[in-house]
Amino acid sequence: MKHRTLAALSQSGGVLVVAIAVTALAARVAGQAPSSAKPLPAAPAKAAPAAPAAKKWTLPRTPDGQPDLQGYWTNSTYVPLERPDKVTKATYTPEEFAAVIKEAASREAEQTEPGTVADVHYDFTQFGLDKSQSAFVKNDLRTSLIVDPPNGKMPPVTPEGQKRAADRAAERRRMGATTDAVQNMPIGTRCLIMAGSGPPMMNAGYNNNYEIVQGPGYVMILVEMIHDVRIIPIDNRAAALPENMRQWMGDSRGHWEGDTLVIETTNLNGKNPFRGSSENMRVTERIARVDADTLSYKFTITDPATWTAPWTAEAPMTKSVGPIFEHACHEGNYGVTNTLAGARLEDRKAAEGAAKKTSN
Amino acid sequence: MRTRFCTATLLAAAAFGVAWGVMPVAGQTAAYRAPRTADGKPNVNGIWQALNEANWDIEGHSAGPGRVVALGAEDAVVPGLGIVEGGPLPYLPAALAKKKANFDKRLTLDPEIKCYLPGVPRAMYIPQPFQIVQSTKTIMMAFQYAGAVRTIYMDEHKEAPADSWMGWSNGHWEGETLVIDSTGFNDLSWFDRAGNFHSDTLHVVERITPADPDHLTWEATIEDKAVYSRPWKMSMTLYRRKEKGARLLEFRCVEFVEDLIYGHLRKVQK
Repeated sequence: MKHRTLAALSQSGGVLVVAIAVTALAARVAGQAPSSAKPLPAAPAKAAPAAPAAKKWTLPRTPDGQPDLQGYWTNSTYVPLERPDKVTKATYTPEEFAAVIKEAASREAEQTEPGTVADVHYDFTQFGLDKSQSAFVKNDLRTSLIVDPPNGKMPPVTPEGQKRAADRAAERRRMGATTDAVQNMPIGTRCLIMAGSGPPMMNAGYNNNYEIVQGPGYVMILVEMIHDVRIIPIDNRAAALPENMRQWMGDSRGHWEGDTLVIETTNLNGKNPFRGSSENMRVTERIARVDADTLSYKFTITDPATWTAPWTAEAPMTKSVGPIFEHACHEGNYGVTNTLAGARLEDRKAAEGAAKKTSN
Repeated sequence: MRTRFCTATLLAAAAFGVAWGVMPVAGQTAAYRAPRTADGKPNVNGIWQALNEANWDIEGHSAGPGRVVALGAEDAVVPGLGIVEGGPLPYLPAALAKKKANFDKRLTLDPEIKCYLPGVPRAMYIPQPFQIVQSTKTIMMAFQYAGAVRTIYMDEHKEAPADSWMGWSNGHWEGETLVIDSTGFNDLSWFDRAGNFHSDTLHVVERITPADPDHLTWEATIEDKAVYSRPWKMSMTLYRRKEKGARLLEFRCVEFVEDLIYGHLRKVQK
């Protein structure tokens, strides 16, 4: 497993945690996700045709008649959000995609050389945390999660969005090094929130696990990291948040359109921007049970302060293995303490070294 | 003849009905039968909250000064009759000394101050609401405080695969009562702000019974041979949050304690 620095791990809007909480090590068995009989649609607009030999699958329902979305799911995938620059088509052939996975998996499994600067003490591969060592979505051959715009990339950023990005970058520079204070570190490192929560819910580097439990009038989504619970009230049974009340995961409200759960989220606090979004981003998610092993998950981002048009991505989920382990991130966050303490030690050594020079 | 028989039958039926609680009898209250979920179980879905002072101190206690002078009356200890049944907590002698040390150093040691997960049963009476989402195989309890979560496994009962702050909970129904058996705790959470504590051999058995449409009776038996000389019980009422549109909000307190925990390691002090 290649050495991953904090910088390498940070992605805009989604961060991996280097400090692994003691209680959060999920002993995932290296294995296969049970494969669906039906391949996911190659062209997103078409419905998946039933595989001829498979038994007809009927949508299960909860005892009170909701479509049953319950179970353990993962959105772990090798499909990137945006289509790579060199790629012009919307889907790979199975052979091409197999090569993509193989290449990525072998990069994950590379071991660092002991005694070198790049060597890591905690190797993801040894702990079964490589993406390829757990269930991941296997039958999605697209070259991007984004389906609209059709070029597989986010729409252009507005002038206001560009200015906001520049302001944020300037503010980060003004704050100083990440090791100067905990508030300078990525929010995932600080155990505040991770990419899996969103919304929209995106896969991160590992432990991309979800558990859905449904009760009367509520759909509850447990995100493994950082044990975030999204409680989606159906049909306005929860009071709407006023304009001035903002939350990390916003205010989510759901309703059923046929057998699809539609979730609208507003009132984000803007502290966890998604690809540069503003606090007025609106996220519309659509979740449906496609078959025994698949949830379709589609999200539309509407943020006129940031993008010239709304944009949509599909990031399906496949069946995963439970249980969800407790991710007590903050409670076990030795990484922040040790990183800051180490930096202060280096500061003192540098100061002592400078003092020696001047006194000589 | 027929009339007398019918009358006698009616009288017998009435007596029978009284004995089974259909009509309240002096000195007896009828057992409440909660509405059922679609899969036939007592319905405990909803937003609930304890309305007592157990989070200050699970034992009966008077009012007292707080930990921080500048916070004055807002940090002062609120008095409470306590939720522990039957006398002082049966600490082993060494454990009682540790409890006293915990109390003396509570400002630095209480995990709640650092926004750590509350553990069980403290999560049940920390003064913020929690929501129960009840399904057949799983009952989830989501807590507003620190976004804590308890998964109650109703179907396959397994042993805890690892220790955790919130423990591993296996649940089953006994008539009207949800019985939750929890183990797999680490030793890092406290029972309250007064320093009452447990070890990693903590074993909690809760019994949750709807008392009426808006109240749950909650009882817990605590067993921890490393700390207490015998098992002991606590009990309290959980109240339904009834305001229109009641919901959990975010109390993501990690952000609020960063300067407390890491402030001394800043390059430039504030």
